[in-house]
Amino acid sequence: MAHDALAPASGNTSEMVRSATSESRLARYGLIALSLAFVGLFLVMPLAIVFTEALRNGPGRFYEALADPETWAAIRLTLLVAAIAVPLNLVFGIAAAWAIAKFEFKGKAFLTTLIDLPFSVSPVISGLVFVLLFGSHSLLGPWLSSHGIKVLFAVPGIVLATVFVTFPFVARELIPLMQEQGTSDEEAALSLGASGWQTFWYVTLPNIKWGLLYGVLLCNARAMGEFGAVSVVSGHIRGMTNTMPLQVEILYNEYNFVGAFAVATLLALLALVTLVIKSLLEFKFSAQIAAARKH
Amino acid sequence: MEVRVQDIRKEFGRFPALEKVSLDIRSGELIALLGPSGSGKTTLLRLIAGLESPTDGTIFFGDADASKKTVQERNIGFVFQHYALFRHMTVIDNVAFGLKVRPAARRPSAADIRKRAEDLIELVQLGGMEKRYPAQLSGGQRQRVALARAMAVEPNVLLLDEPFGALDAQVRKELRRWLREIHDRTGHTTVFVTHDQDEALELADRVVVMSKGRIEQVGTPDEIYDTPNSPFVFGFIGQSNTLPVRVENGQLWLEDRSIGVSAPGEPQGPAELYFRPHDIDLLDGCGGCLAGVVTISRRVAGTRHVELDIAGSTRRIEIELPADVAAAPGTRIAFRPNRWKLFRS
Repeated sequence: MAHDALAPASGNTSEMVRSATSESRLARYGLIALSLAFVGLFLVMPLAIVFTEALRNGPGRFYEALADPETWAAIRLTLLVAAIAVPLNLVFGIAAAWAIAKFEFKGKAFLTTLIDLPFSVSPVISGLVFVLLFGSHSLLGPWLSSHGIKVLFAVPGIVLATVFVTFPFVARELIPLMQEQGTSDEEAALSLGASGWQTFWYVTLPNIKWGLLYGVLLCNARAMGEFGAVSVVSGHIRGMTNTMPLQVEILYNEYNFVGAFAVATLLALLALVTLVIKSLLEFKFSAQIAAARKH
Repeated sequence: MEVRVQDIRKEFGRFPALEKVSLDIRSGELIALLGPSGSGKTTLLRLIAGLESPTDGTIFFGDADASKKTVQERNIGFVFQHYALFRHMTVIDNVAFGLKVRPAARRPSAADIRKRAEDLIELVQLGGMEKRYPAQLSGGQRQRVALARAMAVEPNVLLLDEPFGALDAQVRKELRRWLREIHDRTGHTTVFVTHDQDEALELADRVVVMSKGRIEQVGTPDEIYDTPNSPFVFGFIGQSNTLPVRVENGQLWLEDRSIGVSAPGEPQGPAELYFRPHDIDLLDGCGGCLAGVVTISRRVAGTRHVELDIAGSTRRIEIELPADVAAAPGTRIAFRPNRWKLFRS
């Protein structure tokens, strides 16, 4: 083989000449220091400040702030919205990824672009879309209000805005995975007599489960943390339509720093938990994830 | 089970992949679909499986029209080129899959499924590897699991798409012989796709040579090799030489020389002469022959491969001679094809 023939030659010179892909010591440490400084300044420090500010007046005030009925309502609303939006996007995401990865049809590229739309549009605009769609002067507004259905400045509006904003997470995670895996596993299952549903349940789903879980985690983090779009459609009714991020803003604007940062710690904790679970998944199931990726 | 393909046409978009293909596959036969890539062989296999639906035409399994049936209803066994094993299932779960997903009424008991899967794993010589995952197996072992999985459902017909295409030469040869043994033992009607003529000629009872969406020739390996019925088959299977000749009064002429081959009954006029490198007689003198100057002489195992510049043609001709014939470059050699065929364009 070619590299066997070359091996002795390169072995002799390896101590003098460094390999093509390694940098000088200075460059290496410089790059590491730069990344650490950047991470420290923009990620670790803000996170630390959130926690120190929240606990500035002792844990007593911290718990008191969280026990506030309006804050408590905001937490419950956030959980409710995530509990509706995440499963919806789980189903939509799988359906969209399935359609795009496993079938050929006209307008496929367009659909793929469309799925990315919520990422490329400012969240405020996403919120405004729903105001224009469901507001009292809109097309659907009068019909809805005549039937006693309240979308805007109520839970349905917040759910809609959240679903819209978090739509791409699951789909984007699954599309490349499913495209890479192709359709032969499904064809194999069908040829063995499995029904469409059995094929999905026993073959497709296990193949994508890690990617799916990953997408759901990210989707959930964003659903709970979304501010812009939700802010536009919520109406900021205290104890009714304020989610946690909105509650943080209100408390902060009222100079209730401990309260604001106390709620913020919950969101920060959510982020940390998400990261930990994600790392755990990758650590514990790295073999399976790798096996699912190759093959 | 006997499979009949009748006037099948398949278009992908506006591109015709198969044009009016008919083929009878006998029960218990091992048949190869052989052709270059793009010849439509895999499309034909997938149509028989029901993984594609024909634009036109019918496929019969026995006397029943299978073309309207779904892939599940056809009860076939399909082996994919890249195995398509379920990577999150162990070997035994892969093999048992086809039985486990059956509706309760037709599903064997759990113990029977297990027994059957174990028997099949034994048959494909993977005993002791039941608990392994596909990622822990070599390519050849994966392919054997795929075959066991396909056979578990007692298929009407076993379909293999380039079954050895992704394996290295040594494993290929072994698996080839082994597939033949399995086939002889189980008697499944088997169709496999290959672009490797050695594989097709060595393994199959009959070979279907395909090109550009059509069947060129169907026959036993001997028929295909010895009596190709078209220039394509002659050129595609084995080595061959071609020369532009002329038929005059039952004799073959190259330019102004008779080559000493009589062709009684052939119509007058230009034609293309096909012959294989080993189908020649070496001559001492030339009273009507093909003569040429040796340009390259190579010893390959027990024979000598000689390339010649033939007087009267610019084409290179390759012939095979016994190894002890000294054919040094520059020497003249006279010969005459003893088995040949004429085609007219």
